[in-house]
Amino acid sequence: MLESDQQANELVDIQSRLILIKVGLLLLIALLGLRLWQLQVRDGHEYQEMAKDNRTRSIVLEPARGLLYDRHGQLLANNVPSFNLYVSLEDVNDRDALVSELTTRLHFSEKDLLAKFKGARRNATVKIKGGLSLKEAAIVESHRLTLPGTFIQPEYQRKYPIGGYASHVIGYVGEISEAKLKEQEYQGLHQGSMVGQYGVERTYDKALRGVAGRELLEVDALGHKKQSISVRKPSAGDDFYLTLDIRLQRLAEDLLHDEAGAVVALDPRDGEVLVLASRPSFDPTAISGGLPFAEWKALLNDKRHPLTNRAIQGQYPPGSTFKIVMAAAVLGSRAALGTDELMCAGGFKFGRRTYRDWKRGGHGAVELVDALAQSCDVYFYKLGNRMGIETIASYSRQFGLGQKTGIDLPSERSGLVPSADWKRRVKGEPWYPGETISVSIGQGFMTATPIQMAQVVAATAMNGRLVTPRLVHAIRKRGTGTMEAVEPSSSRQIPIPPAVFTQIREGLEAVVTKGTAKRSQSSLVSIAGKTGTAQVVALRSGPEKDIPKEFRDHAWFVAYAPVDRPTIVVVVLAEHMGHGGSAAAPIAKELIEAHVKFTSGGDLDQGEHEETSESLLEHGPELANDE
Amino acid sequence: MNNRRLRRGFDGFDWCFLGIILGIVAIGILSIHSVTPANPSSGIPIYLKQSMWVLIGSLVFVATAGIDYHKLSRFSYIFYGIGLLLLVVVLVAGKSSRGSQRWIPLGPLAVQPSELVKIPLIMALATYYGIKHRVGWLQRLVFPGLIVLPGFLLILKQPDLGSSLSFLSIYIVLVLAVGVKSRAFGLVVLTALLLFPFAWGGVWGSLHSYQQERILSFVDPNYDPGGKGYHGLQSRIAIGSGELLGKGLYGGTQTQFKFLPEGHTDFVFAVFAEEWGFLGVVVLLAMYAGLFLMGLEIAGKARDTLGALIAVGVVCVIAFGFLVNLAMTVGLAPIVGIPLPLMSYGGSATIMTLAALGLLLNVKRHRLTLT
Repeated sequence: MLESDQQANELVDIQSRLILIKVGLLLLIALLGLRLWQLQVRDGHEYQEMAKDNRTRSIVLEPARGLLYDRHGQLLANNVPSFNLYVSLEDVNDRDALVSELTTRLHFSEKDLLAKFKGARRNATVKIKGGLSLKEAAIVESHRLTLPGTFIQPEYQRKYPIGGYASHVIGYVGEISEAKLKEQEYQGLHQGSMVGQYGVERTYDKALRGVAGRELLEVDALGHKKQSISVRKPSAGDDFYLTLDIRLQRLAEDLLHDEAGAVVALDPRDGEVLVLASRPSFDPTAISGGLPFAEWKALLNDKRHPLTNRAIQGQYPPGSTFKIVMAAAVLGSRAALGTDELMCAGGFKFGRRTYRDWKRGGHGAVELVDALAQSCDVYFYKLGNRMGIETIASYSRQFGLGQKTGIDLPSERSGLVPSADWKRRVKGEPWYPGETISVSIGQGFMTATPIQMAQVVAATAMNGRLVTPRLVHAIRKRGTGTMEAVEPSSSRQIPIPPAVFTQIREGLEAVVTKGTAKRSQSSLVSIAGKTGTAQVVALRSGPEKDIPKEFRDHAWFVAYAPVDRPTIVVVVLAEHMGHGGSAAAPIAKELIEAHVKFTSGGDLDQGEHEETSESLLEHGPELANDE
Repeated sequence: MNNRRLRRGFDGFDWCFLGIILGIVAIGILSIHSVTPANPSSGIPIYLKQSMWVLIGSLVFVATAGIDYHKLSRFSYIFYGIGLLLLVVVLVAGKSSRGSQRWIPLGPLAVQPSELVKIPLIMALATYYGIKHRVGWLQRLVFPGLIVLPGFLLILKQPDLGSSLSFLSIYIVLVLAVGVKSRAFGLVVLTALLLFPFAWGGVWGSLHSYQQERILSFVDPNYDPGGKGYHGLQSRIAIGSGELLGKGLYGGTQTQFKFLPEGHTDFVFAVFAEEWGFLGVVVLLAMYAGLFLMGLEIAGKARDTLGALIAVGVVCVIAFGFLVNLAMTVGLAPIVGIPLPLMSYGGSATIMTLAALGLLLNVKRHRLTLT
């Protein structure tokens, strides 16, 4: 065959085969078309949704937290702008490198950082630190390149401008915990949201925190904002006017000074709490800003328990202040009449044991008023023994002991009113009659919190009207700007005749005029009260000052004033300060006098110009230990 | 005589052919314009640059269409040799980018020889079969294989997986077109299968880790949307969210907000599909299909083996780019980095494709002339 023929054949060959290539090509293009139909038509809607998700981001607009004031409008808690450091984990490729950069440049704790990253979702934004100092902010800004994904967000930080006073009442805020995020009450919040963790901040968190807003943004692949799609503005939380009188609160805390203890003052007529002090205290501003782990741990493990609100959580034997309840039980159950005299020879022999009176040699023949005034133990030993534990327990409960008062603070404790039933249930032992005798003077198993004792005194002062203490005076709704008064506290009447309370009050007046609390006698106002000493250890020897401090007795003093028309009830508990008359009563007296001066307005101030609240604050605590 | 025929002007076929090419090129520039800033802070807007490449490509098109391909074929081996030389230069002195060395810097521009060398390869293979009748599997299969091999290996070494596969596809399609004795072909296929594991190891090992990851992520693209499968997923979201009617020109959120990477180069089709929807896509596919069918029509009516094989080779190189690019943007193939012919931004590829189409017209216009 000729070369050209071969070539011609070859060409025909090739051209006949082209049909295969054509068909193959068209098949492949048809396949692509099918795939595109699948993507665009069949699943198009789905991809449309994905595209939407891609380009929209929603940003939480944090609401301004409601402010806190005292009853006279003194600012207790506000919001100040602060710089917070965040990390957007989506933009972090090398977490280890970022952690080491943050620890070396800003001296953050590696442990804290790792803990924060660990729980977070991989595309989450994590708050690293709130309240950056200007220096720290400058470091972050100038090391943008080595700190990828970090950004500073100006936000509000909670600040308590009164500097550590009333900390236990106000409380503090903090980042919401993972566990709480799942709860109904905290719906709509997100990781990093600040919520009330303690005190009033915690109780009224929902109203205080307001409602977050939301902005829907259109962003590009780098997260840069293109435009705002929709904005729902945040609505700020309500402002709360507390019942506290911060001037009295400061005075009370200054008077307690470095000693551990609690002071409660309330208005017996409506239960408004004027003072709720607990020492030692803490700095709520520091805690709200996010304490470093080590400092937080130190605070938790502090032996003096600064985080405990002693006024509502401290459960102490009420000691002789319990004799108020005992007196009501005696008269109410007719175990004795007020005029019945009982012999006190310095001790009460029961079984093989002699229960001593605090006064060696005794008080002689005493009737009820004297027994209260002199705090005669034997009088109450005898009548307690006569009534039995069940009667005592029943009257104690009438006065609200053994139950929470219902004050609007978290984690209140209920104290303990012991009974035979209780002992069998909890201790698995029968009740011994000797134990009734201890309880008769507020010792033994009996415990009460200072706020409970304030409630007891208030009821006594108000002829048996037991009022629930409360902390909110008024609320200003941010939405409308209107002030709303708070509904009056609930109260109930103790079913004991008013004449009984009259007799008890006579005794309490005598305590101050001629009894154990003569130190609290005031030239300004008539005060009635009762001293108490809560034994810390049962058996002691030697004089008080030789005993190590942590074993010394707690000093109680409960009081109300003025005696004819009471407007204030004060309870002072000073831990390990010995006798109530010497350690606690002067504090109560100063508070009552200050209160009278504040409330009576100009009249008294004109007479004593220099005796302003400021100068009162400068008075050191006159805590004597000489009884 | 040639000159006289050329002067006689274009017939309807030619106008249609040119119309499709211009249409696709215009769509490409429009899509590029849509994703790249029209007023960049520095330099010339990319859509203008692409227009410039198209203009240069058109001049080359006129040249490759005008000079008789028989004359051109005399220099095939020399052109191919120069091409191989350039590939060596790239490996020695090329510009690196993202782990591969593909460009030869030329002043402010950069030439990509792996694109340019495709035409000399087509010419060389067509010339090899066209000069005389090749007999036996050695001549028909192995020798042309040896022509392809150095280029293939040099491109793979850059590494440029897409271009090297394109290179290989030209060889395979041309061998299929001329046909081989089935026994010989079977032998090669058998050997290839036996050698496959070793070759796979060699090829896989020679790939960069990002290429390996791309192929791996193709296996399960939803596994890690923020990572390896990101490009593929964003591309599919762009295409799919276009739905039937599209989001309109400049209305593609995926591309406008830069979720889709490389919108003006490898993923230009996704840009088009998001803006114009399935209807637009069908039109575009029809245009490409028409172009390929016209190319094969030219091959079918070619005057000689040389012309037929040139035409098949040109259709092959463009169709390969088209099919693989689309397959990867719609998620049917791994993302290997192949531009969409006539649409993706890129000087070397645009000029090469237009030059190749010029050759196609060349073959058509010289089919009736006598030597």
